[in-house]
Amino acid sequence: MSYDVPPIEGEVERGPEGTTGGYRLWEVFVRASRGLNHVHAGSLHAPDAETAARNARDVYTRRGEGVSIWVVPSSAIHASDPDAAEAWFDSDKPYRHPTFYEIPDEVGHM
Amino acid sequence: MTVTEEAADREAAGRARFEALLAADEKVEPRDWMPDDYRKTMIRQIAQHAHSEVIGQQPEGNWITRAPTLKRKAILMAKVQDEAGHGLYLYSAAETLGVSRDELQELLHSGRQKYSSIFNYPTLSWADIGAIGWLVDGAAITNQVMLTRTSYGPYARAMIRICKEESFHQRQGYEIMLRLVEGTEEQRAMAQDALDRWWWPSLAMFGPPDADSTHTEQSVAWKIKRETNDELRQRFVDMTVPQATYLGLTIPDPDLAWNEERGHYDFGEIDWDDFWRVIKGDGPCNRERIANKVRAWEDGAWVREAARAHAERKRRRAKAGTRSI
Repeated sequence: MSYDVPPIEGEVERGPEGTTGGYRLWEVFVRASRGLNHVHAGSLHAPDAETAARNARDVYTRRGEGVSIWVVPSSAIHASDPDAAEAWFDSDKPYRHPTFYEIPDEVGHM
Repeated sequence: MTVTEEAADREAAGRARFEALLAADEKVEPRDWMPDDYRKTMIRQIAQHAHSEVIGQQPEGNWITRAPTLKRKAILMAKVQDEAGHGLYLYSAAETLGVSRDELQELLHSGRQKYSSIFNYPTLSWADIGAIGWLVDGAAITNQVMLTRTSYGPYARAMIRICKEESFHQRQGYEIMLRLVEGTEEQRAMAQDALDRWWWPSLAMFGPPDADSTHTEQSVAWKIKRETNDELRQRFVDMTVPQATYLGLTIPDPDLAWNEERGHYDFGEIDWDDFWRVIKGDGPCNRERIANKVRAWEDGAWVREAARAHAERKRRRAKAGTRSI
């Protein structure tokens, strides 16, 4: 995932006195139904994991979008380097795909 | 190579990649290099959009306790809750650009960032709730459908989610208008009055005419906007006129007429002086909207403080190896 939030004031554990900061940023993953993966839905601020999960329900599943939620501190995500994307994700190996191979029609579906 | 040369090299490579992404109609993502002005424009636009969703709760929230039936009350609460959710999606998108939510909130509270002027008009009757859903959300959808194709990934993704939900908003509003025009003479008059008051501010929502819009050209070049203010406004008018006709209501514009040659409706001149007056703070409800917002924030301070203290205590106890309550 290439989603990475630069360090921001709100990420500190406690904001300076008298300010509003102090909530951590959480990434929210929602499973649409049993048998499917949890998929990234968005992010939100919350003081702890339980509150994050409860708020995630209100923010990301108001219309039956999910049956399960994961919340993960954004700071726990290590993303790949976008500058290295070309080297990391090359797509010049067509022989890894089934369509690379020519099978005579007579052989039938394979 | 010196450090400065290296930085310049990296910037040149970043800029080339940014231009290539735009040319290929691909999305720009948070960690990609982007021009400072692109970042600033994006922060400003997304923040304004988020503020609009949040402030937009007020004119409708005004009618929750007075909705005519339990069904309408439940619908209105769901809609207002959606607006809060939309604000959150958008603040999250803005934060990927390196601003904090607190900072944006402070900019809203101090009047240094704006929200859509439309929310500075009052909701005087129940029909206004219908007109807002039909016209204001209708105009917002026209704009937001375009924005699902905007070049900044997190913003585009937020727009897709929001558009799915806005459709309910517009339909419930139009249905309120339908029920009213089917009702008594008084209810019909109420519907017409709401249309009279909301029509022009809804058209103004698309922003100044292209000729006067300082941002449009650059925004189109960066593929932030894919269509201009005037194009979107025209589309909205063309879609909405037949809907008003179906309701048997009259759009308050003597110059409104179908133009066969253009294949579009011609419409009258928007009162831009009023538009600027309201944006600059002198609309009917500007002060009230911000005062309510600031009060809600300040009144909620003890809740945020308690939640923080609770989380802190849990962390401390976990560290000490004792069981949390």
